[in-house]
Amino acid sequence: MKVSYYPGCSLLGTAREYDESNRAVCGALGIELEELEGWNCCGATSAHSTDDYLALALPARNLVIADGKGLDLIVPCSACFLRLKASEKKLLEMPLADFPYRGSLKVKHLLNFLAEDENIQKIQERVKKPLAGLKVACYYGCLIVRPPKVTGATEPEDPKEMDRLMAALGAEVIEWSFKTECCGGSLVLARPDIATKLVERILKMAKEAGAEALVSCCPMCQSNLETCQGESSHRTPVFYFTELLGLALGLSGVKGWLKRHLIDPRQPLREKGLI
Amino acid sequence: MSIAPQTSFLYHIEEKSGEKVSLCYQCNKCSSGCPVTFAMDFPPHVLLRMVQLGLKEKVLGSLTPWVCASCETCTTRCPNGIDIARVMDTLRQMARVAPAGAEDIPKFHEAFLNSIKARGRVYEVGMLLEYMFKTDVWAKIKSREIIKETKLGWEMFRRGKMRLFPHTIRGLEDIKKIFEHKGK
Repeated sequence: MKVSYYPGCSLLGTAREYDESNRAVCGALGIELEELEGWNCCGATSAHSTDDYLALALPARNLVIADGKGLDLIVPCSACFLRLKASEKKLLEMPLADFPYRGSLKVKHLLNFLAEDENIQKIQERVKKPLAGLKVACYYGCLIVRPPKVTGATEPEDPKEMDRLMAALGAEVIEWSFKTECCGGSLVLARPDIATKLVERILKMAKEAGAEALVSCCPMCQSNLETCQGESSHRTPVFYFTELLGLALGLSGVKGWLKRHLIDPRQPLREKGLI
Repeated sequence: MSIAPQTSFLYHIEEKSGEKVSLCYQCNKCSSGCPVTFAMDFPPHVLLRMVQLGLKEKVLGSLTPWVCASCETCTTRCPNGIDIARVMDTLRQMARVAPAGAEDIPKFHEAFLNSIKARGRVYEVGMLLEYMFKTDVWAKIKSREIIKETKLGWEMFRRGKMRLFPHTIRGLEDIKKIFEHKGK
């Protein structure tokens, strides 16, 4: 199977391990990721906070490039995902002459794509090292689900795609109520005090629910959840969901990905003999 | 104090945002679910009421749209289908100056967009440096905040998370054109 891949800017830098694990996992599942040629930044919060045309046209250029290929467009970053979906919705309602988009494809978040029945089955068949005993809280954040009119999420208050994937790997998925609470990622540089408060609430809830680690599907959330924990000695590791997929599938790159984390996530894995 | 409602401001916001703010009946659902009300001067439902009443200066001088995290919870839950996060975008775009407590937020957006304009993608290292020099660096030195930030930068660098050289996309002229159309 072949799909178009839009990594987004973070995956070239701060979220390199996410990009590396995405490519390795998809490779192992026989999914060919074809990176969109000459893709540009989606504009993120800065564009839609500043100017409507920027917010529409920056993602539109990528959609038009992908449109020519006719392959579904897979997006691993929730912020990019929402910007692309929002632009797509507008373009289909009111075409933009500069960026003629025919809508020959589906824009999908990588998490939702890998959680499709066919892919989950492939994953289940290939699990070599079940993550038995690893207690994880699946953290979805905001923009993969909200607003549902744009994202198409069927259960925006209680999504289950990551839960299903982690359960398929044999991990112990804990029930908790902060799956889609905001981590304040867009404010982390300009108002770190706000972001820190939001992150503390999320981590407190995850710990109370008995999680040893969080699992994330967004480079903004992941980086924010790590940096806002500061220097405390009781820090909670935050995995990318594809890193845990790679671990369970027995892929060789796992150690390299985990070494890139600001909060070393290897302790709980060592305790369970997983690495 | 009595307030004489001024509908022209309400209509202007409704036209610019495409959202029917007049439908808001103050159920408070947006503010109940909003994760950042603690940092706002007016919770979202109050701000919408102020828009309805035409309190232009107060609304455009409010912290609320700036510290809104764009988490879209309000938009998802509004029983009248008002895209409140979208209204916050419109208010941010209209307020030229950010009030005290939010000064750095538009500076961040500017550095971020400059990075896209220059290369088509955000080059994190360059964007962070530009942002830093737009903010009050001296205050950060005095409060020793700068040490914390430098340390974090170093931790990221040694883990290979900082790309040292920027990449410029093929087709940058498309991006230049998009930026020329800004505001249209």
